Amino acid sequence: MSEVDQELRPPLVLGDKSLADITDDIAAPMVATPSRLWWFGFGLSSAALVLGVAAVSYQIAVGIGTWGLNRTVGWAFDITNFVFWVGIGHAGTLISAVLFLFRQKWRTAVNRSAEAMTLFAVMCAGIFPLIHMGRPWLFFWTLPYPNYRGPLWVNFKSPLLWDVFAISTYLLISAVFWYVGLIPDLATMRDRSRPGWRRSIFSFLSLGWNGSARTWHHYETVYMLLAGLATPLVFSVHTIVSMDFATAVIPGWHTTIFPPYFVAGAIFSGLAMVLTLMLIARKTMHLEDYITLSHVERMCKLMLAMGCIVGLAYCTEFFIAAYSGNAYEQFLFRNRAFGPFSWAFFTMFTCNVIIPHVLWFRAVRRNLLAVFVVAIVVNIGMWFERFVIIVTSLHRDFLPSSWSYYIPTSIEVATLIGSFGLFFTCFLLFCRVAPAIAIAEVKGVANVKKAPVEETPEAKEAVA
Amino acid sequence: MSSRHLIYASFAHEKDLLEGVRALRRAGVKILDAFTPYAVHGLDRALGLRPSPLTWVCFLCAMTGATFALWFEHWSLAIDWPLNVGGKPWNSLPSDVPIGFELAVLLGGFGSVFALFGVCRLYPGKRARLVAPRVTDDRFVVVIEETDAVTTPDFVHALLEPHGVVELEERLAEEKQPW
Repeated sequence: MSEVDQELRPPLVLGDKSLADITDDIAAPMVATPSRLWWFGFGLSSAALVLGVAAVSYQIAVGIGTWGLNRTVGWAFDITNFVFWVGIGHAGTLISAVLFLFRQKWRTAVNRSAEAMTLFAVMCAGIFPLIHMGRPWLFFWTLPYPNYRGPLWVNFKSPLLWDVFAISTYLLISAVFWYVGLIPDLATMRDRSRPGWRRSIFSFLSLGWNGSARTWHHYETVYMLLAGLATPLVFSVHTIVSMDFATAVIPGWHTTIFPPYFVAGAIFSGLAMVLTLMLIARKTMHLEDYITLSHVERMCKLMLAMGCIVGLAYCTEFFIAAYSGNAYEQFLFRNRAFGPFSWAFFTMFTCNVIIPHVLWFRAVRRNLLAVFVVAIVVNIGMWFERFVIIVTSLHRDFLPSSWSYYIPTSIEVATLIGSFGLFFTCFLLFCRVAPAIAIAEVKGVANVKKAPVEETPEAKEAVA
Repeated sequence: MSSRHLIYASFAHEKDLLEGVRALRRAGVKILDAFTPYAVHGLDRALGLRPSPLTWVCFLCAMTGATFALWFEHWSLAIDWPLNVGGKPWNSLPSDVPIGFELAVLLGGFGSVFALFGVCRLYPGKRARLVAPRVTDDRFVVVIEETDAVTTPDFVHALLEPHGVVELEERLAEEKQPW
C-alpha cells in the first residue's frame, strides 16, 4: 500500500498486525475444532440437504407432474429458483473481478468467500434446469456432439442453449479464478502445517508454489486477464438468462429492459447474500480485524446503489406498459400489482425498493444487526422478484377461460429448501478446509507493523 | 555444470526488499530471482522483468474459441443440417454471437491459466523447494549470483545493510535452478 494511501484512508486491516499475525489469524479457524455454532449450522444445512435429495429423487422417479404447474403456468418454482441462484453468484464475480479492475483494495477481505459463494450458487442453480428436463440422465443432449440422429445438431438460435453454454462457462471460469487465487494461500498453509495428510493435500494442490517473483509476475498478469474475462462474462450470463424470457412474446417478458434489469437485480441479490454470509463468518470465525465495519459499510453502499437501479427498473417497466398503449401489456401490469398475486408483488416491492433505503443512513450501515436484517429482507425480496416476473406473466394468458392460480407443491418447496441446504453445507465446509480470506492479497494491502524485527545477531554475522 | 556461489539475502519488509533490489541493480549485481509471500507491487519493475507474454496467449486462445464457435454454429445449422427456426435466415449471425463470446471467454481463461502453469512449471504434486522456510509467510528473499570477484558476501552486505537486510547466507548450487 502506498504511503499516500496510508495517510488518506483508514486502514483496511485493524489491530497492529505483522505479516505472520495475518497468516495466523486467517489460518486459525481451519485448525481449531469447530465451534458449537458451526456444528449447529452444519447440522441444520445438511438436514435441509437431505430433504432436498429426497425431494429431487422423488420427482425424478415419479416425474415433474409432482409440481404445481398447470395449463397456463408451465414455468414457475423451478425456474424462479434457477434465476435466483444464478443471480446470487453474480456478486461474487463483481467483487472478485469488477472491483479488482477498479482497484478497490477493500475487496481482498471478502473476495475469497464471495467467489466460493459464486461457485456454490451456480452449482445450486444448475440443479434446477437438470431436474426440469424430466429425464436428467439425457442432459448431454444439450451438447452439440456427433450423433446417430442425422447428426441433428442442437438449436444454436435458442437462448435456452445459450444458457447451457453461459452457465457452464461461468461455473468453469469461476472455479478456475477461485483456484488460481487460492494457490499462494494453499502454499502458505502447506508450509505451516505439520507433515501428514493435510499437508500432502495442500502440497498437491499448491503445485509446488515457492513465491518466486517471476512466477508472481506471470501470476498477476493471468489474474488480471481472468478478471478482465470474468467481467463481461458475468454481464453476459444474466443477460442470457433474461433472454430466456425477453425473446418470448409473452407480455411482461418481451421487453428490452430485461438484460440490464436482470444484471442489476442479480448483483443486488448477490450482495445481500455476501453480506449475510460475511456477517456470520466475521462473527463465528473472529475475523473482525479483517472484515471491518468500513467493509460492511462499503458493501451496503454498493447494495443501495444496485437497489436504486432495480427500483428504477420496476418503475420503468410500469411506465413503458402505460406509455406503450398496448392493452395486453397494460392489463398484465395492472394484474401484476393488483391481481391475485398482488401479495407477492408488494412483498417484492417493499423488500427491494422501500426497505433498502434505510441504508442511506450511516448509523444503519454501521449497525451490524440492522444490516443483517436488511440483507435477509433483500434476499427474500429478490426471490419474490423472479417469482413475480415468471408467474404473474403466465397465470392469466390471452384466453380468460384458461386463467389459473399457481400454488407450489410440498415437493417444490422441499427442493428449494434442499438447494439452500446444499449451498450452506458447501459454504460451511469451505470455511473449514480453505483460508476464508485471501491471505496473500490481504498482506498486500495491510498496514504492516513496522517495528524492528528481532533477529538473531549471529544470522547477521553469517557472512563473516 | 560446475557449482555456483549464490547469496540469499532476507528482508522482513516489502519496502526494504524494494529498496534493496534497487540498490543491488544500481551496483550492477546480477539478481537471479526474488521470493515473496505476496505479490509486491512494483517488484517486477524493480527487477526489470519484461511484461508477461501471457496476454498474447490469452488473446490467441480467445480468438480461437470465438472463431471455432462461430464457424461451427454456421456449419452445423446452415450447411450440415439447415434448420429453419422461426423463419430466421439460416446463417443468422446475431444469434451465433452469444455462444461465440462464451467460448472465447472459456478458451481464453483456460488457455492463459494453463500457459501460466507451463511457463512457471507448476503442476499438481510438484515438491516445492523453498529458499527459506518463512518465504510463504513473512520473509522476502533475494537471490544473487556471485558472477565476479567483486560480488562477494561482504560487498552485498555493505550494499544491503542500510536497507535493513535481516539475514545473509551464501550457498553452493549444483543445479541450474535450485528452487
